[in-house]
Amino acid sequence: MTSDNIIEVPLYEIAHGRTGDKGDRLNVSIIPFDDSGYDAIAEQATEARMLDMFRHRGATEARRYDLPKLKAFNFVIENVLQGGVNNSLNLDGHGKTLSFHALTMTVRVTPAILAAAEQARGD
Amino acid sequence: MSVQRMHIGNAAGFSVDRMDVGGPVADALIESGQPAALFYETLAERTLAIAQRERRRDPEKGYTPDLAGFVRPVLKRCVSSGIPIIGNFGAANPIGAARHLHELAKELGIEGLRVAVVDGDDLREDIRGLRTEKWGDEKPLDLANTEILAANVYLGAQPIADALDLDPHIVVTGRVTDSALALGPLMQNFGWAANDWDKMAAGVLAGHLLECGSQITGGYHADPGRKDVSGLANVGFPIAEVEADGDIFVTKPAGTGGVVNTRTVKEQILYELDDPTHYLTPDATLDISNVQVEQVGPNRVRVTGARGRNAPETLKVTISADGGWLGEGEISYAGPNAMARAKLAAKIMRERVNHLGLDCDLRTDLIGTVSIHDGDTGELTASFDGEPREVRMRAAANAHDEATAALVAREVESLYCDGPAGGGGVRRSTTWRVKTGSVLVPRSDVKPRVTLVTEDDL
Repeated sequence: MTSDNIIEVPLYEIAHGRTGDKGDRLNVSIIPFDDSGYDAIAEQATEARMLDMFRHRGATEARRYDLPKLKAFNFVIENVLQGGVNNSLNLDGHGKTLSFHALTMTVRVTPAILAAAEQARGD
Repeated sequence: MSVQRMHIGNAAGFSVDRMDVGGPVADALIESGQPAALFYETLAERTLAIAQRERRRDPEKGYTPDLAGFVRPVLKRCVSSGIPIIGNFGAANPIGAARHLHELAKELGIEGLRVAVVDGDDLREDIRGLRTEKWGDEKPLDLANTEILAANVYLGAQPIADALDLDPHIVVTGRVTDSALALGPLMQNFGWAANDWDKMAAGVLAGHLLECGSQITGGYHADPGRKDVSGLANVGFPIAEVEADGDIFVTKPAGTGGVVNTRTVKEQILYELDDPTHYLTPDATLDISNVQVEQVGPNRVRVTGARGRNAPETLKVTISADGGWLGEGEISYAGPNAMARAKLAAKIMRERVNHLGLDCDLRTDLIGTVSIHDGDTGELTASFDGEPREVRMRAAANAHDEATAALVAREVESLYCDGPAGGGGVRRSTTWRVKTGSVLVPRSDVKPRVTLVTEDDL
């Protein structure tokens, strides 16, 4: 992307997602509203950056699984739930609210990608 | 020639799901005129320890407490239309659940109810004698020094298919893998072989899509102005129309709220998934990397491309043990300087726990900032620079014993008089915790059992 018009936005502007838990492991799906957002997410929403988003909770590893046919990503984050529903002192032991934390990660996109996302989500 | 489809409906995705949602699903299944089944998934991972405790207190109990609440609205119409109801609401006492269902039938004036019970999942008495393997990289529970409250193996779809061969009105199970509640009737209806991996995978996927109820029909999805969903107060629960070759059409009953679109379906496909090429179930290893979704009509999404590989040789057993006690208390501060007063309250709580020498792990939260996304160290909250007009201080502690947990919660209430100015709205609670761990056992050591319970057996 070399355009001067590149805009930095939270993932929330171009994607949606959902979390699920298994023990102390969290998964977060990141799904572009429009397929055109897929490559920008693939390039920029790296495992290392996702791990950084959750380091304050003690996360030790983030894995990303790409689903080019479904046009979606599955992030799996280890040791992020402080014991999970068994043992966590967090009000949200399941980590159900955390998709909206993951969606605050920023990405740089072209105006066309942002416009396509806005169009797709019906703004 | 029309393609034969089996319609699988779901009317509960967890034990505290709405109890009035089954009617529209049952009606849609009846109206389709196609082979159909209606299932309820009401068993969370830790539920069985609590259910075992209930059963020890009362040998007739130990099944899902809301069993009658779930089944009452649909039983008559499902019995008269020949649509089997399938549910894991047997929990720690599937036979007890069967007896309870007979009482319900009597109350509703239904005669000749046939309930098939699937059990053999309860390994509490046997687990110490079985050859077990570690489950993944999880640190195993120290079984030798642990009182096992529950140990249940995840059974697959075959015993459910076998149960349906007995032509029951209801199939009650204990622990089965959630997706088996849909795959079982599909196997039985289509005669799918248990080693036809792509078919098994398609049925597992259908079950996975439905097992959380409304999470595929607009629940757990709405974000106003962004992902709008209308009618969630009357959200329709899902129906999967599954073809003999494994193609799936996800929809919901007419006249209900919610929405079925490619977004709701994608979110649910990836829900609680790890490696998308290795979704392990007792029935098949599902690979969703080729799955595609397509909106083919209003509230109608076609899902294709599930691939399967052989099922694992071992089955997962979840073991529950005493997990100590959680004590929680909350108090609100509002108006000018609310944040500083809430912070002071949190500081006082930490000092009090030290002062009293309480043996516990303490966490404090400032609800109204970003505390729920924070870790136990409060790093995120410390960097929060807003000035909310209302902040709720929460203290939570894990302790070995109930008395310590209760004392931490009580200390929050003491803040009324002994803490910062203007603290109000204290709520406190003490909760017993269950910890779980999983192991693998050889498939050959697991013996699922199917029993038909009729009025004559009571």
